[in-house]
Amino acid sequence: MLRDTTSKVVLFGGIAIILLGAMMPNWIVNQLMFGFSRALAILGLLVLWRTGLVSFGHAFYFGLGAYTVAIVDIQLGVTDVFIRLLGGAMIAGFAGFVIGFIMRNYRDIFFAMLNTAISMVLYGIIVKTESLGSTDGFAISLPTIFGIAPETKYPLFVIITMIAMISALAVNFYLKTTVGRLTTPIRDNEIRVEYLGFSVAHAIHLKYTISAVLAGGAGALMAMSLGQVDPDSMINWTVSGELVFITILSGPGNVIAPFIGSLVFEVLRTYAFELAPQAWQLIVGATFLTIIFFLPGGIWSLIAKLGRKNS
Amino acid sequence: MTRAAPIIEIRDLLKTFGAVVAAKDINIDISRGEIVGIIGANGAGKTCFVNMVTGYLSPTSGSITFEGVELVGKGPREVTHAGISRSFQVSQVFHSMTVAENLRIALAIAENRGVNALRIMESDALEAKCNDVLKRYKLEDYRDMTVSVLSQGIRKLLDIAMAVVSEPRILLLDEPTSGISVEEKFDFMDVVMGALKEDNVTVLFVEHDMEIVERYVSRVLAFYQGEIIADMSPDKALADDKVQEFVIGKRH
Ligand SMILES: Nc1ncnc2c1ncn2[C@@H]1O[C@H](COP(=O)(O)OP(=O)(O)OP(=O)(O)O)[C@@H](O)[C@H]1O
Ligand SMILES: [Mg+2]
Repeated sequence: MLRDTTSKVVLFGGIAIILLGAMMPNWIVNQLMFGFSRALAILGLLVLWRTGLVSFGHAFYFGLGAYTVAIVDIQLGVTDVFIRLLGGAMIAGFAGFVIGFIMRNYRDIFFAMLNTAISMVLYGIIVKTESLGSTDGFAISLPTIFGIAPETKYPLFVIITMIAMISALAVNFYLKTTVGRLTTPIRDNEIRVEYLGFSVAHAIHLKYTISAVLAGGAGALMAMSLGQVDPDSMINWTVSGELVFITILSGPGNVIAPFIGSLVFEVLRTYAFELAPQAWQLIVGATFLTIIFFLPGGIWSLIAKLGRKNS
Repeated sequence: MTRAAPIIEIRDLLKTFGAVVAAKDINIDISRGEIVGIIGANGAGKTCFVNMVTGYLSPTSGSITFEGVELVGKGPREVTHAGISRSFQVSQVFHSMTVAENLRIALAIAENRGVNALRIMESDALEAKCNDVLKRYKLEDYRDMTVSVLSQGIRKLLDIAMAVVSEPRILLLDEPTSGISVEEKFDFMDVVMGALKEDNVTVLFVEHDMEIVERYVSRVLAFYQGEIIADMSPDKALADDKVQEFVIGKRH
């Protein structure tokens, strides 16, 4: 299971980042936490994108994961990082499984926008409901790890990095299974897939549920990293757009790509904002156009090219 | 002479699209191992028949019993699982993948039903099977070529090869030789029928070329306006008045 190059890079790269993190300044550790948390959602979108499906509404699952953390914290006093994460991922996954019965019947723009519609409903409900924090959201207490409240952010960073590694390895494995390989075949010819004896609906349902679990986990980790949740930075349609943006920026080529893409995005946005607070979208947008024109395979295609040259 | 129970029994099959009757009064039994040619003019209902047997269309009424199992109401996937495969009039393969990739995914799906689909696909056994199919269908030279650059003939071979990897007991081929040049037709059919003979598959194929029909089939079903107007051996069928008039189009 861990014999391929990608798995090795994930494993050793992840361990190296965890070790280096101990020496890095706080702001870098923070950027890595945000980047890796969000990358889980991108990993889920990658699974869908390979099959030709783009969701413009995965902030729904991202937000569900984040808000689950807030609600179990405030209502039940749950502080354990793993229970919070599991709760967020499972609630989102369950929602994805249920909604998947509808989504698996749609493709292309209908699939994309139906997801947007669902996320807007959740956004609307939260904004209008005082007990769900309305537009302000909630502050979240610091997570505990096996009952211990850590003094720095480093332990949470280690956990997020490890979750990221496990997720990348799991998706990498999934993509090599028979159902995981049903990507281009479904894009090319669904009828043939059915006549080979595989249900396209089941395959898409599974992919969709996987993407929901990952987006929920991403939201849960992001909420704990930030120490707060609010509808505009968790569930709004702009968040969904951002996720799609990073997915394309990263490229579908490899499970490592979402992590690199997310970090690039974090850095890009931070610097663009510092450089031009009024026009940072301009810089981000221009970068996006450059990627689409010159690197349609995303940042990963550049890395793959360099890798091939060196070997 | 006592005959073995038929592998498939079709009773009173009817299919209408509004006022159009695409299939009517179809009653046939087919025995294991038969090679059946389906002939008929354009629009006679041949594809419609293939589509009904393979679960793509459900008949308006009637029944199709395969090895004792009712097929009406089952979709393409369930019919495949039951043991019937098909190829298409226009080849249906994964055009942006290579020939070998097409076969690998077909083999993996055939072997890994249910939760087994969550097992790693690559294996030496899969590769060996893929090579075996490539060889039997004379596709070795095209192994790593993307389907979209290949000729119609090669695509059709691949289409059929993909249909048989699930080891069906009945195979329906919808115009396997359409789009293939006259010179290549016989070679093509030799490859296909040779490969199928090894597996003892019951084959039904739709064909316009009567030379092909004469050479390869043991029985002919002639369709005209959704009905079977002749069900007999090829030599008798080709001499039959009705077949001459309504299928081949020669008037006496
Ligand atoms: N989905 C459909 N809706 C309406 N009519 C249909 C449909 N499918 C087939 N038909 C009609 O049913 C009849 C039989 O069509 P079918 O495709 O089976 O013919 P065919 O014998 O395969 O002809 P060809 O040699 O041209 O392939 C035709 O009159 C056709 O117009
Ligand atoms: Mg036809």
